[in-house]
Amino acid sequence: MSIFSWMNDQLLRMQWLSGLVTAGVRGLGLDPASRIGGSVQFFVYDVVKIFILLSVLIFVISYLQSYFPPERTRRILGGRSGIGANILGALLGTITPFCSCSSIPLFIGFTAAGLPLGVTFSFLISSPLVDMASVILLASIFSWPIALAYVGVGLIVAVVGGTIIGKLGMEGQVESFVHNVPVTDADESLSRAERIGFARGQVLDIAGKVWPYVLIGVGIGAVIHNWVPEATISALLGQDKWWAVPVATVVGIPMYADIFGTLPIAEALVGKGVGLGTVLAFMMAVTALSLPSLIMLKRVVKMPLLVAFTGLVTVGILTIGFAFNAITHMFI
Amino acid sequence: MIIKILGSGCKKCGILAENALAAAHAAGKTAEIVKVTDFAEIAGYGVMSTPALVVDEKLIASGKVLTIDEISALL
Repeated sequence: MSIFSWMNDQLLRMQWLSGLVTAGVRGLGLDPASRIGGSVQFFVYDVVKIFILLSVLIFVISYLQSYFPPERTRRILGGRSGIGANILGALLGTITPFCSCSSIPLFIGFTAAGLPLGVTFSFLISSPLVDMASVILLASIFSWPIALAYVGVGLIVAVVGGTIIGKLGMEGQVESFVHNVPVTDADESLSRAERIGFARGQVLDIAGKVWPYVLIGVGIGAVIHNWVPEATISALLGQDKWWAVPVATVVGIPMYADIFGTLPIAEALVGKGVGLGTVLAFMMAVTALSLPSLIMLKRVVKMPLLVAFTGLVTVGILTIGFAFNAITHMFI
Repeated sequence: MIIKILGSGCKKCGILAENALAAAHAAGKTAEIVKVTDFAEIAGYGVMSTPALVVDEKLIASGKVLTIDEISALL
């Protein structure tokens, strides 16, 4: 066994933890193969694993993020245009704060500084959709090829979506007050201790915010994993059903959660034979679009632009879903 | 003086407000704390990351929780 696969199995997939929890379930007098024992095993293992990964990942990523405050991102993107700027915007979106609540101030700040609308939207789409934490988590729960494929298609949606919005010429569809906002530059010199303090603060802040979503997500995952018959799931979302991807997308859009809460549900669904494309579509719909973020966005853009944004992202997610279902056999 | 704390009402905003008040008192000034939570108004100060500190309509810092000493030095 190579060092790499050992690290992958033990550090990322935490097989030691799975074994430990299984032993603990047995110690309680439950059979891990039974429904109740299996539910307890799934719940405890997933909750502990996600919180360990979440803390480590947010710490590392926040430390890196402290080098890319929004003001710097805006400076990097300033004065650029064309597809290259969209790609850069999408890439910078992967190393920005996790919370979608921060995306509206960013939108206002970018637009006020005169960044092209399309570039701003490439950034806005990729920011909640793809982040480095989701890559590691996907690799932990599924595999590296799936994680990298998720990032790849997420970036494509962001670049293509932003480019189309840019081509639609909807600059007039932004609420006028946005253009009257002053553009300020922040002092961004931080010491190492300040960066570490910032990263630790982010871990506490985000863990404090997302824990209910993680518990609910893992709870739903445990129910799907142990109690819902495979026949029911495949009748609703099976790979042979053309409506599986649209249903997963439509259900996911209004939901407000983050990648940490959606992954255990995705994990359980894939375990029940649901197509990878269907599951990815669900995860992307939940993270990229949500009712609360659309309501906030409505305050800074007019309806046609909001519809264009929602429509493009939805079409992108559907396309990815169908495409991945067609090639699932390459990954699983 | 009027101290404005810009932010969506997170825990960090509360800490920043306390620190700002303490720094103002240490400097022997009376200060009134105003919490600004509307993001259109927050953006009006050119702020992209919260919490941010505004003293007498002048933006002092954004995106971090300053300590009492740091605020004292800036006042």
